Amino acid sequence: MSLWKLLRICGSSRSNALSVASLGKAKYDYDLVVLGGGSAGLACGKEAVDSGARVLCFDYVKSTPAGTKWGLGGTCVNVGCIPKKLMHQASLLGEAVHEAVAYGWNVNDQNIKPDWKKLVNSVQSHIKSVNWVTRVDLRDKKVEYVNSMGAFVDPHTIEYSVKGGPKQRVSSEYVVVAVGGRPRYPPILGATEFGITSDDIFSYDKEPGRTLVVGAGYVGLESACFLKGLGYDTTVMVRSIVLRGFDRQMSELLEAMMSERGVKFLHTTIPSLVERQGDGRLLVKYRNTTTKKEDSDTFDTVLWAIGRKGLIEDLNLPAAGVQTKNDKIVVDATEATNVPHIFAVGDIIYGRPELSPVAILSGRLLARRLFAGSKQLMDYADVATTVFTPLEYSCVGMSEEMAIQTHGQDNIEVFHGYYKPTEFFIPQKSVRHCYLKAVAEITGDQKILGLHYIGPVAGEVIQGFAAALKSGLTVKTLLNTVGIHPTTAEEFTRLSITKRSGRDPKPSSCCS
Amino acid sequence: MSLTLWNSRFSVTFVRQYATIFTSGSVATSSLQNKFTNSSILSFHNNDKQRQRTLFTMQNNRQSKAPTTSGATTDTANIGGIGAAPPSASQHSYCNKQTLYDHPQVRQQSSTGSYDYDLVVIGGGSAGLACAKEAVQNGARVACLDYVKPTPIGTKWGIGGTCVNVGCIPKKLMHQASLLGEAVHEAAAYGWNVDDKIKPDWSKLVTSVQNHIKSVNWVTRVDLRDKKVEYINGLGSFVDPHTMVAKLKTNERTITAENFVIAVGGRPRYPDIPGAVEYGITSDDLFSLDHEPGKTLVVGAGYIGLECAGFLKGLGYEPTVMVRSIVLRGFDQQMAELVASSMDERGIPFLRKTVPLSVEKKDDGKLLVKYKNTETGEEGEDTYDTVLWAVGRKGLVEDLNLSNAGVNTVKDKIQVDTKETTNVPNIYAVGDIIYGKPELTPVAVLAGRLLARRLYGGSNQRMDYSDVATTVFTPLEYACVGLSEEDAVKQYGADNVEVFHGYYKPTEFFIPQKSVRYCYLKAVAERSGDQRVYGLHYLGPVAGEVIQGFAAALKSGLTINTLINTVGIHPTTAEEFTRLSITKRSGLDPTPASCCS
Repeated sequence: MSLWKLLRICGSSRSNALSVASLGKAKYDYDLVVLGGGSAGLACGKEAVDSGARVLCFDYVKSTPAGTKWGLGGTCVNVGCIPKKLMHQASLLGEAVHEAVAYGWNVNDQNIKPDWKKLVNSVQSHIKSVNWVTRVDLRDKKVEYVNSMGAFVDPHTIEYSVKGGPKQRVSSEYVVVAVGGRPRYPPILGATEFGITSDDIFSYDKEPGRTLVVGAGYVGLESACFLKGLGYDTTVMVRSIVLRGFDRQMSELLEAMMSERGVKFLHTTIPSLVERQGDGRLLVKYRNTTTKKEDSDTFDTVLWAIGRKGLIEDLNLPAAGVQTKNDKIVVDATEATNVPHIFAVGDIIYGRPELSPVAILSGRLLARRLFAGSKQLMDYADVATTVFTPLEYSCVGMSEEMAIQTHGQDNIEVFHGYYKPTEFFIPQKSVRHCYLKAVAEITGDQKILGLHYIGPVAGEVIQGFAAALKSGLTVKTLLNTVGIHPTTAEEFTRLSITKRSGRDPKPSSCCS
Repeated sequence: MSLTLWNSRFSVTFVRQYATIFTSGSVATSSLQNKFTNSSILSFHNNDKQRQRTLFTMQNNRQSKAPTTSGATTDTANIGGIGAAPPSASQHSYCNKQTLYDHPQVRQQSSTGSYDYDLVVIGGGSAGLACAKEAVQNGARVACLDYVKPTPIGTKWGIGGTCVNVGCIPKKLMHQASLLGEAVHEAAAYGWNVDDKIKPDWSKLVTSVQNHIKSVNWVTRVDLRDKKVEYINGLGSFVDPHTMVAKLKTNERTITAENFVIAVGGRPRYPDIPGAVEYGITSDDLFSLDHEPGKTLVVGAGYIGLECAGFLKGLGYEPTVMVRSIVLRGFDQQMAELVASSMDERGIPFLRKTVPLSVEKKDDGKLLVKYKNTETGEEGEDTYDTVLWAVGRKGLVEDLNLSNAGVNTVKDKIQVDTKETTNVPNIYAVGDIIYGKPELTPVAVLAGRLLARRLYGGSNQRMDYSDVATTVFTPLEYACVGLSEEDAVKQYGADNVEVFHGYYKPTEFFIPQKSVRYCYLKAVAERSGDQRVYGLHYLGPVAGEVIQGFAAALKSGLTINTLINTVGIHPTTAEEFTRLSITKRSGLDPTPASCCS
């Protein structure tokens, strides 16, 4: 600690006028305490220090029931976007080996299998290096870091202890709660004993084998897909619908794409029990809520992906007077809780997109407002997102349903089309689910309300269009944007068929 | 191997001849009708040709008897039998050959009874086809001429123009093949038990690429037929501003039209040195080359040269790039040099400031290339298996006899106004043949389509040639839209331009330990206010996919303020644009401090 304090003092030589002002406020130990060292907390902490604030960041990871732990950086880096993108990439590369054969490479693609251990080691090594860089970065940026769970004593005081040591307290003018969330377990027998979650899968020390993924949100679908791509037999159990909250048509297309690739779906089904058999495998009993039929099957791994809960329980929020909703915290447009000097950012916020870049930007903007005199609020509208299934799905703006709900069926026009990626022909990959649509106003230049794309590298494709949407993209502008040939992104510039016309959205020609 | 290739070449010729015969039948039939309605107006001068045409019509009617009576099934069977339309294309319902024989009603308006056609399009490439199809959809009577002269080594191809046959499509496929070789090595790093000591089978690759092209040729023909565009496989030259003679396989045909659209495109140049034409090849030949290219000298460092060198290297051959002056002329030079460096890092040598002097064939069949460094005057030589000229492209004006129509040219191109009109009011030009406009397929397609809408659809909309995005498909791809840094500085002054830039590390690169040294992007913007973005530049994976959306954003008035308030998609490389924070002016280090938050 003392080294860090020393560094902090040295660091204050580069402080600006604001920090000089804040140094005057000796009333508190810190200008800002951040609870949670994930995307939101770190971004907020670093930005606050850059603006001259004295910042302390707490981070502590409780082990999962299966015993998995990880380092600094939060969900995204350790058990979220980073490992899942790497596993997704591994799965795509398996596919690429087969494609390479079609393109003439003399690679033996018969019976190729992934080495799960090697993959997990590679992924974990990368994560460890990120943990390390994150630590170094905090050190460079003079953010103090304590590996402990902080809890409120009163609205300005946090109590903690390091590695079972004595309880200590710090006070701070502002507190930012950025503790994020963790996967839920269903309240059934055997769930925590025998099931794992996305918190465990990326460091799982044995091959997952035949896997039941319970839940069809994006975490469930992504996990099912990379497992299938890595050669494991995968079943997805869906309670009601796939990808709740996403565009229905796109969600169903995505499900059809997964089925085509051999992922099995158990619809309107809920699990009732997991037990370990004599051979070590897991017997899962479940019930179809439509047919009321009970059934069971045996799996090597059961992965719960039924949702995530906010980590408020250890924070002792009542001591600070912070109100919660379910397991989340309600904030206003400035990310302030009901207690004016206590804020929340990231996945812990009630009713906002749980996405790393959202967390980062809102954390950073909050710090600028607190310490750099900025007035800029986080704009949570039109946030693009991507589901990393083998054909990826990305979207920005409204779903078709949402557009109809907010604007009325008669006031929206949907342009859509199937397309054929050039690279798919030689390996004869299925183009059946390569589809995209633009949801727009029907009048005038036809302002675009939402864009949806299923196909390769969907995240890369939609990002620029997200910037375009924020710049007021219209259908008129879109159709007069010259395409880049041959790409799949250019298909957006070639959209010409409206759903209303009833015309066939399949492409008649391929290249001009 | 050579047999397969010979077969595939044979099949394409066969299909094309067959298609020509087949449609000439219908062309002939309609021109026969025209003949009677128009004969009274035809001048005496035209009578000779008219007679010729009647003769031709009769010939073709005879020839086309078989296909039109029993042709439907024979045709399908033949095509299937020789494998010209691979199953990948015909599996899709929308590629069903039945569409060939459906005859949807198209609104026909005979506005110009005095000409054979309302519009004759010369050139069946991206521009010409788009223009012709759109014109027909707006009620015009349209014919489209297309003819491909073989290259010096005899390479020929079908309808569709450069992009489909010897341009974007085959190069993207070869690029993809090259990336997939890389992917096999990456797969091993990610834990797949593949033996990654791999080699490509050039002949298999070429066959796959050519089969795809043939299926596209086929679909293009079907589409023209569906859309009622008459296709004439002939080389057109002007007689006067409304008359053209088309050289067909065995005879000639005179065609009159109210309007002409010149969309003949371009072809690669050869340098004026001994041995260039005899021993060198161009991008016109490479994608169907019947032997492995081996050690290759790529002369020219425009995007074609770099792309070819890039995929050849990726496929395991040893390309060297000879650069006369600069790399990627016309592109942002900082990015161009980064592209060159990224290629150099992958083992592609660059011979800078060097021009070739001669090419000789040695006894062992290898090519001895002598060259000279233009700075030092030093001469050198090396032997190669293949010499590929990528020294630029020329417009195909020479066979058009433009002087008969009075159309002015600039060098080998045609100058047009903002409505794509040449100096002769009823003659237009679109696509690569236009002087001073980007030579890109989507530009050609859109310009051709908009021209047709203005001519026949009552539209006033003109083609906007500004802010056209483009991508160079080198191993690490480069994409850009808008102004280069140099152009922005030239146009607005260095003091009024702010450049945001940064290096970045794609998440997927870590495990296979791919070099991130050249993963770089920048935004060139206005310095004041909300900082309107003038240009975006990106070097990294899937660059074309990344930049397309930003091109739409630029057209929508993207500013730096909007850009950095656009929430990123994590983890992607495109999100790096939303994270740009370091200006060149600040002098701060643009290498990333952290990796992920």
